[in-house]
Amino acid sequence: MAEMKSTRQAYGEYLVELSNKIENLVVLDADLSGATKTNIFAKECPDRHFNVGIAESNLMGMAAGLATTGKIPFASTFAIFGAGRAYEIVRNSICYPKLNVKIALTHSGISVGEDGASHQAIEDITLMRVIPNMTVLCPADAIETRKMMDAAIAIDGPVYIRLGRSDVPVIFDEDYEFEVGKAGLLKTGRDVTIIAVGLMVGPALEAAELLKAEGISAQVINMGSIKPIDVDAIEEAAIKTGAIVTAEEHSIIGGLGGAVAEVLCEVAPVPMERVGIKDIFGQSGKVAPLMEKYGLTAKDIVAAAKKVIERKR
Amino acid sequence: MAFLEETAREIRKDIVKMIGKASSGHPGGSLSSVEILTLLYFEEMNVDEKNPRAEDRDRFVLSKGHAAPLLYATLAAKGFFPKEELQNLRQLGSILQGHPDMNKVPGVDMSTGSLGQGISAATGMALGGKIDKKDYKVYVLLGDGELEEGLVWEAAMAASHYRLNNLIAFVDNNNLQIDGAICDVMSPYPIDAKFEAFGWNVIMVENGHDFDQLRKAIEVAKKSEDKPTVIVCKTIKGKGVSFMENNAGWHGKGPNAEQVLQALAELEA
Ligand SMILES: Cc1ncc(C[n+]2csc(CCOP(=O)(O)OP(=O)(O)O)c2C)c(N)n1
Ligand SMILES: [Mg+2]
Repeated sequence: MAEMKSTRQAYGEYLVELSNKIENLVVLDADLSGATKTNIFAKECPDRHFNVGIAESNLMGMAAGLATTGKIPFASTFAIFGAGRAYEIVRNSICYPKLNVKIALTHSGISVGEDGASHQAIEDITLMRVIPNMTVLCPADAIETRKMMDAAIAIDGPVYIRLGRSDVPVIFDEDYEFEVGKAGLLKTGRDVTIIAVGLMVGPALEAAELLKAEGISAQVINMGSIKPIDVDAIEEAAIKTGAIVTAEEHSIIGGLGGAVAEVLCEVAPVPMERVGIKDIFGQSGKVAPLMEKYGLTAKDIVAAAKKVIERKR
Repeated sequence: MAFLEETAREIRKDIVKMIGKASSGHPGGSLSSVEILTLLYFEEMNVDEKNPRAEDRDRFVLSKGHAAPLLYATLAAKGFFPKEELQNLRQLGSILQGHPDMNKVPGVDMSTGSLGQGISAATGMALGGKIDKKDYKVYVLLGDGELEEGLVWEAAMAASHYRLNNLIAFVDNNNLQIDGAICDVMSPYPIDAKFEAFGWNVIMVENGHDFDQLRKAIEVAKKSEDKPTVIVCKTIKGKGVSFMENNAGWHGKGPNAEQVLQALAELEA
């Protein structure tokens, strides 16, 4: 069994490591530091951690101001509040002036579980992706989380990192390399390409195995960099396999599926299916049954792959 | 024992049982407002469990939506839906979502869960009542940490601007939020002077677990002629369960089976 770790845990731990190297790094939270795991950082660096209280708009506004003084702020809360409540502040105070703020939001998607629809952000990729100057990253595991934090720091401008609540298997090893704007080919295949992001990368790999058992050769791409997106990788996959499935724990409108569809119809139109949340709200429940109910399992990816291959004919 | 006290005790037991069963939920802030909701639903509010959407009813908005177990236990005790339903808190397919859903639960007047939004909606409801020349009241319950949200003050400004004397807010002043004491995290104090400055009537209740004090405050609030009223209630987070009292660690986690038994024993004593 692979080691299990949530991306939020990896985030909190790595902040501490980064703080040793990057003197001007500061962390902001909005009364959720135990849940976002920035409390790990707060314990080590109490002077560089600022809890603004239950005030997400101010969280983003202050992060913008701090960035103008040369700090590198990481601003954290749940994705619903950071991308939702504070949206227009992110747009106008962070992205428009292209300030160097890293927005790391946890509890994205329905894997929030029991808190239910009000706390499950299924629109945040769409919201963040559409803002000019914004970079949007979503790690598949703990290791990719760290690599993306390094990449985010190397960018002089706003970056959104989408993190999750639940434990996910660690699928990459330490020498894994991540580059903004580059997709990762995890598995080659001939008949269909599955493009996945975040905690759907695991099920995508599993789906490829299930398809193999049925004589279908699927290739798997990890699209951790949602914006900028790797146009060349999508085009190549479309030409090679002639069919694309996207898989994300997010609304099928405007997220990874939307982004891939935009590229496909311009550069290489081929049949495509989107696995994701079908324009409905989530609900309370345990994570595994929720993922099943909302069609976010390896089985669902297999079904979509078969359907899209059928459409090739 | 008096009826209200007995009802409050049953509600507390249900809160502990349902959050224990779900192994998730928010016991601390549910237990701290039990007397406020008990008094509202069993004495003050004009509501009909047989006709939950009656036009002329008084409204209640749980702005601190994470205290959903308290609202559910109170509504079930009042007969809005069968008590057995409480066992399904936070389960897939249940009407009892982690945060209240007005389209799923009979008696819930507004969907909440994102802090700050409930008082804003309650202000709109109160304005609607004025437009329609109805004399219903709108009650809303806020957390003290919730007061840190800017939206609360945008709503507060509008409520006094429109002279919404039909709006009565309670602040559950239990002194704690998730990351610790409210004055350590981001102090909203002074709460009374802030609301006064925003044009509200302010009533301080020394003990938010005392029905007489709460009752007197509501009587005064209802007589307000042209201002909204806020009743700031000093409370104990986790009230009634010794190991949860005044402990931020019990904001948002479920007790295990043994802890449920201990809590129930204390509540029955
Ligand atoms: C807009 C928003 N931000 C953050 C949260 C997460 N959250 C849930 S409860 C809570 C603390 C609330 O503290 P308080 O208002 O004092 O409630 P109480 O002590 O009565 O439980 C937080 C930050 C939320 N529900 N909504
Ligand atoms: Mg409180």
